[in-house]
Amino acid sequence: MIGGAVTHSLGKPWLLLAALVGLAATAAAAPSGGSAQAGTVAVLLKWLPLVFTGFLFNVLVGVLAMAFGTLAGLPLGLTQLASIRPVRATGWLVIQLLRNAPWLVLLFYVMFLLPFELHIGGWTIPLPAWVKAVLGLALPVSANVAEIVRGGLQSIPVLQWESAESLAFSRTQVLLMVILPQAFRRMLPPWMNLYAILAMATTLISVVGIQDGLAIVRSAVTAEGRPALMMPFYLLLLSLFFAYTYPIARLTGVLERRLHAG
Amino acid sequence: MGIESFFRWLADTQGINVSVVYDAYDRAHFLYGLWTTAWLSIVAGALSIVIGLIGTALLTAPVRPLRWASRAYVEAFRNTPPLVQLLFFYFAVGGLLPTVRDSYGASVPLVSNAGWAVVSFSLFAGAFNVEIFRSGLEAVPRATEEAAEALGYTRLQALRHVALPLALRVCLPALGNNLVNLVKTTSLAYAIAVPELLYASSEIWGESMNVRETMNAMLLAYILLIALLVWALHRFERALRIPGWSP
Repeated sequence: MIGGAVTHSLGKPWLLLAALVGLAATAAAAPSGGSAQAGTVAVLLKWLPLVFTGFLFNVLVGVLAMAFGTLAGLPLGLTQLASIRPVRATGWLVIQLLRNAPWLVLLFYVMFLLPFELHIGGWTIPLPAWVKAVLGLALPVSANVAEIVRGGLQSIPVLQWESAESLAFSRTQVLLMVILPQAFRRMLPPWMNLYAILAMATTLISVVGIQDGLAIVRSAVTAEGRPALMMPFYLLLLSLFFAYTYPIARLTGVLERRLHAG
Repeated sequence: MGIESFFRWLADTQGINVSVVYDAYDRAHFLYGLWTTAWLSIVAGALSIVIGLIGTALLTAPVRPLRWASRAYVEAFRNTPPLVQLLFFYFAVGGLLPTVRDSYGASVPLVSNAGWAVVSFSLFAGAFNVEIFRSGLEAVPRATEEAAEALGYTRLQALRHVALPLALRVCLPALGNNLVNLVKTTSLAYAIAVPELLYASSEIWGESMNVRETMNAMLLAYILLIALLVWALHRFERALRIPGWSP
């Protein structure tokens, strides 16, 4: 899915968003029982600020997890080019393990097995649940980033290494000054694709009890106590995520095509 | 010393309580979870391929609304969180459907939670399959089909005997990748209490108070399941390989 996915262009992206919103509105306009109950649109509008705040929290968790995952994934991916075999083998094992485990399982791992605070020396570092959730999501991200880095670096012709080395660059210098700048362009689209996947995966944190957008939607539906509200509420959340992820997917597609053309 | 008694000894003397190995009840529970995960993956995987084929066919349909519908489906399901999709189907759509009486006379929903998991996962993976199949077909040069038609094949025959076999080989790696992702996605069914591997494991560690050990066993089971699938897909790819032709 990562890297290989070719993003399809939809003629009019706003049409689909409009359709989603329209569907929510239709569901909202459906008869909602007695006149004593507030209209569905009014209820949605009442909850919208809170749901949106929750959604922003999802975005924040996603950005942080992407940052940590990228920071960890870069060296992890570089191990695959190491000349020392045990380094290569260990890196490979870690990548395969983290890449092939379901994201939710890794999230459970971190949530359950990390303590609520860390004692390092005389310091006590508190680890609130949401920080653990960020770390839990960063684990699979790091392995996927590592694969992107490996793929990007290996896509640069060996000739580039050899010619740079013949100009008396050291191996590290070749990597940092010749290979990485070229590989970066190729790594960007799959990296953005991964971010889009992560942004959507942040809803998993509601499963382990963190108040994100999805958890707020579920609470709102429970608080209102009207099953007819479920459809508009879930469509609202789906639309929020769509409005955020779809432009990223489009941009990724554009960059990918430009890469293949140039 | 048998495996079972070794793990019982490990629990009694070392405090490492891998109950899914030596305890018959936990083991059955765990294996049932593993089986449910495998079952969900197989059924949703097969359905997602069917959905992918239908979606691809619609993308090339001569009727414009059909093409739009297929594209809208692909974009909607690829760009929204699968977990929210699952809850949307289970709570919002499931809530609208009538209930039926089961054999005990109790009223049960028309579609069970496992049923909704299958529906949701196959639609999610199917959206990716549409893209995969479409790009596979596009990778087959037009000239190949024209050559087949020049040899007297009808368009349908050319598609069936020439273009599709080649397209299948092109999209097999991406399809395999998507199926592996599907297996991982089945763990989301935990959220609607489908007794798959993650849910079963969480019940086991709740009852036997051995979070660490059961989690490790679960991770191992997932990795083995996915390794098996990757191996099988690789074999299949190799078996279909046409010597001298690489996509």
